[in-house]
Amino acid sequence: MYREGEKPWKIVGNSQDLYSHGRLCTRGTGGLGAYLDENRLKVPLIRTQKRGKQVFQEVSWQTALDFIAEKMELIRKKYGAHSLALFSHGIGGTWFKTLVKAYGSRNITAPSYAQCRGPREEAFKLTFGRGLGSPENTDIENTRCLVLIGSHIGENLHNGQVQEFAKAQERGATIITVDPRFSVAASKSKYWLPIRPSTDLALLLSWMHVLIYDELYDKKYVEKYTIGFQELKKFVKKFTPEWAYPITSLEPNLIRQTAREMAKHAPSVLVHPSRHTTWYGDDTQRCRAVAILNALLGSWGRKGGFYFPRKAHVPKYPIPKFPKPLKTWRDYLAPGQFPFASLPPANLLRDLSLPKEGKPAPIQGWLVYATNLPLTLPQPEKTYQALQNLELVVAVDILPTAITGWADVVLPECTYLERYDDLRISPGREAQVALRMPAFPPKYQSKPGWWIAKMLAKKLGLEKYFPWRDIEEYLDYRLKKIGSSLKEMKRIGVKTLPSNSPLYLPEEGDFSFPRPSGKIELYCKDLAAFGFDPLPSYTPHPEPPEGYFRLLYGRTPAHTFSRTINNPLLHELMPENEVWIHPQVARRFGIRKGEYVRLKNLDGVVSLPVKVKITERIRPDSVFMAHGFGQMQKQLTRAYGKGANDNGLMSRVAVDPIMGGTGFRVNFVTLERRSS
Amino acid sequence: MKRYGMVIDTLKCIGCGDCVVACKTENKVPEGLCRDWIVEEVKGEYPHLQMEYRSERCNHCLHPLCVYACPTGASHIKKGTNITLVHPELCTGCKACIAACPYDARFVMPQGYVSKCTFCDHRLEKGQLPACVSVCPTHCMYFGDLNDPLSEVSQLLKRRKWKVLAPEAGTKPQVYYLT
Repeated sequence: MYREGEKPWKIVGNSQDLYSHGRLCTRGTGGLGAYLDENRLKVPLIRTQKRGKQVFQEVSWQTALDFIAEKMELIRKKYGAHSLALFSHGIGGTWFKTLVKAYGSRNITAPSYAQCRGPREEAFKLTFGRGLGSPENTDIENTRCLVLIGSHIGENLHNGQVQEFAKAQERGATIITVDPRFSVAASKSKYWLPIRPSTDLALLLSWMHVLIYDELYDKKYVEKYTIGFQELKKFVKKFTPEWAYPITSLEPNLIRQTAREMAKHAPSVLVHPSRHTTWYGDDTQRCRAVAILNALLGSWGRKGGFYFPRKAHVPKYPIPKFPKPLKTWRDYLAPGQFPFASLPPANLLRDLSLPKEGKPAPIQGWLVYATNLPLTLPQPEKTYQALQNLELVVAVDILPTAITGWADVVLPECTYLERYDDLRISPGREAQVALRMPAFPPKYQSKPGWWIAKMLAKKLGLEKYFPWRDIEEYLDYRLKKIGSSLKEMKRIGVKTLPSNSPLYLPEEGDFSFPRPSGKIELYCKDLAAFGFDPLPSYTPHPEPPEGYFRLLYGRTPAHTFSRTINNPLLHELMPENEVWIHPQVARRFGIRKGEYVRLKNLDGVVSLPVKVKITERIRPDSVFMAHGFGQMQKQLTRAYGKGANDNGLMSRVAVDPIMGGTGFRVNFVTLERRSS
Repeated sequence: MKRYGMVIDTLKCIGCGDCVVACKTENKVPEGLCRDWIVEEVKGEYPHLQMEYRSERCNHCLHPLCVYACPTGASHIKKGTNITLVHPELCTGCKACIAACPYDARFVMPQGYVSKCTFCDHRLEKGQLPACVSVCPTHCMYFGDLNDPLSEVSQLLKRRKWKVLAPEAGTKPQVYYLT
C-alpha cells in the first residue's frame, strides 16, 4: 500500500507471493476503491420495522451485540443451538465459524459449495481421493496440453491460473477449449469446440472411447494405479465420436483429433476440472468423467497435469473442544439424500428455514458473513420467504446489499485494508504463509471480524474459545510456532517454509491413493453402493422451447460478483453487464445495437433492462451475461439498478442427488423489447 | 536519443483491464476519464471466429501530430526521447491536439487542460516500468528503448509479426501489437 502524504495512493503486489508474483489482478489493483467507497456501511444498525422494509436505527456496538446475544440465547432455549445457521464466504469467516461451533451448531456453509465448486470436489475425491481445493493443484504452468471444458480462464481472473495460462501459452502449449461461447480462452486456443450446451458429458465419454479403443491411453499408469478399467472399457464401447456428433454438434473428426492431441502430450496434459461446476444436476458425474479422462491420460500426479500441493503446517492457537451439536443438517436429510455432500448445501439450510405444515422450521437464525444470499442462492423467492420467518437475521458486511436490507442487525465490518485476518495458509507448489494486516485504521465505526466475533462470544459466555487478548497476540503465537513472528511477517508479508514433499508421483515404487482400494477408482463402488451410476452416464437435458434461449452466465475480470460492483474504480471499468445475443437473434427480435431489453424466464420472472451485446461469440440458441449485476439496493449509488441479475432468473434448478449441487443452466429466457 | 516503445502481445492479452485500473490509480486519473483502454475486435462468423484484445493508449509517435497542432507549445516532446507530454500551465484547452490525434488518446481534465498517457515518465525516471506494464498478470506488455537493438522490445519486433494502429496517418506510432 502506497500513500502520498496521508492520502492512500495505490496497491502493488508482493513479488514474493506465489499467488501473484507481485502482479495483482484487476480487483486487487482496484482494491482501494473498496476502502474509499462512500456507500459503505458505517455504523451498526437495528431494524425498526418489518423485515424487508429496510427501516433501521443506528445503534452502538454494545446495543447491537447485546441484541444479537439475547436473541441467540432465546434461540438456544426455544429451539436448540443447532437451529442457528452460518453462511460465510472468505477467510474473514474463520472467527464466525469458531463462534457458531462454540455456540453449538454445525450448520455452517458457504454458497461456494453447492452453488459452485461442490460437484468437482466430490468427483475428484471419489476418483483420486482428494479434491482440488483452492487454488487448484493444476500444473498449468508446465503443461503441454491444456483442455478447458466449461472453464473460462481469463474472464475468470483467478490470478495464479491466469498467470500460468499465459506462461503455458508462451511455451507453445496446445490449448483445447470446449465452450458454447467464443470465450477469451477459446480465442487463444488451437482447437475450439463450440459444443451444444448441456452435452459435455457426451463429449467426455467419446474422448474416453477414442483414448481406449485407439489404444492411446497411458497403459502403464492405468494398470499400475487404477481399478475398474475393464468395466470402463466395456462401458464406453458404444460412445463413439459418431454417437456424440448429433448430441454435441461436434464433428467426429474434431473429437478424434483433439483426443489424439491430448494423448500425444500425455502425461503432460491437463483436462481442467473447472471451478463453477453446478450446471445440469448431473454435475458430479460429469466431473467424474473429467477425472477419469485425466486418469486415462496419466496426468494426476504428473508434471504438466496435477501436482501434489504443499501446505504449511501452522499449529493452531489452543482452544477447548467444541460442544457436540444436538442435531446437524444431516439429521434432516432423507435416507440416501446427498450422501456425498461434505458441506451442507446453502440452499438446503435455506429450505430448512421455511416453516412446514405449521411446524416451526428447524433453522431459526441466520448469521450471514460476507455473502449476499438473495443474489447467490437460486430460487430467490424462497430465500425471501425464509427471511420473513426467522427469529434472527444478522448480516456482517462491508456494503449495504440485498442481505443487509433483510437483516435484523447489520454489523459494519471494515475492509480487508483495515484489518487483520487469520493467516493465509493455502496449498501451492511451495508451503507459504501470508499475512493480511491493516494499512489504515477502520473507517467510520466499522470493526474487524475477529473483534466482532470475540465480543459476541464474550456476551454469550463463550470467551474461552477466544482466549487471546487480541488478534496480534493470536497471530504472533501461531507465527512463533513456525519460527517467525508477527513482527517479521509485518515486514515481509509472505514466508515460504521449507517443504520437500514430492510434487509428482515417484518414478519407481508403489503409491497408495487415499481411496478404499488405494487406487484411482475409474469404476466407483461407493457410488454404486448408494444406487448411483458407478461410471458416468450421459443423460439428455431439456432444450429451450421455441423463442427461448438457454441462459448462460459467467465471470468478468473487472468484478468479483456483487462484492466489487459498487467499487468506484471497478464500477467505472464495468458499470453494467450486457446480455450477449447472436446477430440472428437480434434480427429476429428486431433488436438494435446497444438497445436495452428485459429477459423473461419460463416462470414469468422478468429482469431489469439490460444492454444488448450483439456478437458472433455466442450460439444462436443461448444468451450469456456476467453474474453479479442488477443490484436493487438503493444505497449502492453507483451499482443500483445497473444491468440484470442472472440469479433472479434462476427459478429452476436441477439438483445433483449425489451432493446437493444446484444446477443453474436449466433456465430459459426470452427477450422483451423495452417498448413492448 | 531514446526511442521508447511499448510492445503488446495480443495473443496473450485477455482484456482484463488491470492496466486501466493500475494507470488510473498510479496517475490519479479522475473518475470518468482514462489514459488507456481495452478494445475487443472480433472477426468472422460463429463458429469460425478470431478475436483480438488490445490495450490502447497514446502512441508517443515519432511524428506527433498533436504536438504540431498545439498553438501554445503545451504539447511537447520530452528532450532526448519520443515521449509526448503536456505542460498543463501552457495548455489553453483549445483541443486542437485532440482533433489531430488519430488515436483518440487525449482528453480534457476537469481543470481544463489536456491530459493523456505519459508512458509513466515519472516512473521511468526512477528506473521503473510504466504502471500498466508492471501490473499485467499475463505479462503481455513490454517496454523499452527501440533504439537499443538488444532491448527486449527490439528483439520481440525482430522475432515476431507485429502491427501498429493507423499506420496510414503517418505518425510513426511507438506502441506495437504482436499478432
